[in-house]
Amino acid sequence: MDLRYLRRRVTNVFNLGMAVLTTLLGLFWLFWILYTTARYGYHSLGLRLFTQDTPPPGAPGGLRNAFVGSLIMIGVGIVVGTPIGVLAGTYLAEFAGRKRIGEIVRFFNDILLSAPSIVLGLFVYSAVVTTMGNFSGLAGGLALAIVLLPVVVRTTDEMLRLVPSTMREAAMALGSPYWRVVLQVTYRAARSGILTGVLLGVARISGETAPLLFTALNDQFWSTNLARPMANVPVTIFQFAMSPYSGWQHLAWAGALVATLAVLGLSIFSRFLIRQRNN
Amino acid sequence: MSSRLTRLWDPLFKGTTAVLAYLVLILLVAICLALLHEGWAAFKTFGWHFLISKAWDPANNKFGALIPIYGTLVSSLIAVVIAVPVSLGIALFITELAPRWLRQPVAAAIELLAAIPSIIFGMWGLFSFAPWFSNYEPWINDHLGSIPGIGALFRGPPFGIGMLTAGIILAIMIIPFIAAIMREVFLLTPPLLKESAYGVGATTWEVVRNVVLPYTRTAVSGGIFLGLGRALGETMAVTFVIGNAHSVSASLLNPGYSIAAALANEFTEAFSPLYKSSLIALGFILFVITFIILVLAKLLLMRLERAQGETA
Repeated sequence: MDLRYLRRRVTNVFNLGMAVLTTLLGLFWLFWILYTTARYGYHSLGLRLFTQDTPPPGAPGGLRNAFVGSLIMIGVGIVVGTPIGVLAGTYLAEFAGRKRIGEIVRFFNDILLSAPSIVLGLFVYSAVVTTMGNFSGLAGGLALAIVLLPVVVRTTDEMLRLVPSTMREAAMALGSPYWRVVLQVTYRAARSGILTGVLLGVARISGETAPLLFTALNDQFWSTNLARPMANVPVTIFQFAMSPYSGWQHLAWAGALVATLAVLGLSIFSRFLIRQRNN
Repeated sequence: MSSRLTRLWDPLFKGTTAVLAYLVLILLVAICLALLHEGWAAFKTFGWHFLISKAWDPANNKFGALIPIYGTLVSSLIAVVIAVPVSLGIALFITELAPRWLRQPVAAAIELLAAIPSIIFGMWGLFSFAPWFSNYEPWINDHLGSIPGIGALFRGPPFGIGMLTAGIILAIMIIPFIAAIMREVFLLTPPLLKESAYGVGATTWEVVRNVVLPYTRTAVSGGIFLGLGRALGETMAVTFVIGNAHSVSASLLNPGYSIAAALANEFTEAFSPLYKSSLIALGFILFVITFIILVLAKLLLMRLERAQGETA
């Protein structure tokens, strides 16, 4: 057989084989990480996790205050980030179109989307924490809002641009002013897409640790006061996992398991919504 | 009367959305200015020397950014070197090799990797990956460590944690991003070009190597820069496994430090104003580096989009 031909075939088979191997490698990491989290987290899972607050070292306890604090701050993030993001995205899709300013905002929105979240936390620290004088749940919520904002802007923009312009024209032909067209026609048509984007964004901020480190800080006790430092799951996991106490480490793994399940559940659910929409 | 009032609504609605869209730009400028303002004390005290000084001595108020900058760049470069071939393989598998029913599930599973919170990567890295990896570090020492020239990179203590471990975990974290972009742009290659190559007898690999990759080159490099930008700013995973040692060493097996890890570890404990200002100055440097990399990534990605627009 022609040697040159043989070499080409061998190269082909080898490289395609490597492609299969790297894919298996990628899947292998995913399962290894999930397995580790499940194995360590499972042992400490229990009702106590949700009914008791974070304990001092050596004592039994749960993560109730951290879960509640996280939910409150995610709530603040959604309440602040979603309306701003949806309206900004509306401007891009409905008014800016292909105009230069629209392209510039889109460009820098994508930069903000990939900007290091710890830097965003640092920004909120210097803008909010130093002005208020102390770490607070409010600052944590605002930091999460900044992480969420570009995700919502981008999906709103994309989803609204998918709405056929004939729908807008039909509504305008009936004499409807543009703001009513947007609110009652295009929003309605793009609703599930925008919702999916918000859900994906929420999944992302639910696991964010870095922006909370120096905004919400942490709190060992039960507190729902937004003006004070607030307990939250990621920072608690960080502190407990790095501690030398085994009780704390177990709690960290339990928290990690719950957080992972919540985040993965949310993102699988929103992907499912996208699928439904596309069908 | 009422019609004049309703006529006001349109400009009002447009104006509100416009202001909020500009808010995105304002936010970026504000982040930059706020960090520069808070970090100014450090820049003023140490001048340009801040960038090239290895000092980090909180007790004597001496700070320099060189070690965290070095660690950030090196760990991210390791990540890119590992992630690029793996992502290429995954994208190749999904677009060219996998049967149709397998494509969506595999792509979704790889993307799921990106959804896992970074702190989970950190805990897994420290408690699961590092102990396992440390078993193989003596082997790395013996074999890679004896290669002339680059051997020094691989000679070090088998702690399991360090620069190389951080780089590997960062690689796993950025693979989904790079692979997703590669997959998307590979699908943009005109079928006609590929079929022509197959028609003259090219193998699958030769089609990828000589048709698909050249066609998508700029977008692929854009994806790589996007991954690099992600790796540079990654905080929690790195903080767990890089070793947090304020030293610079030739060996990748030694513990190191990164900007993000320094911020996560030290910021709330910074006791003097200059200490705090130095940390914020580090954050400013990180922001500037990632900003440049991400702008580059976006520009490269946009070139293919534009070319697509012209042919369509």
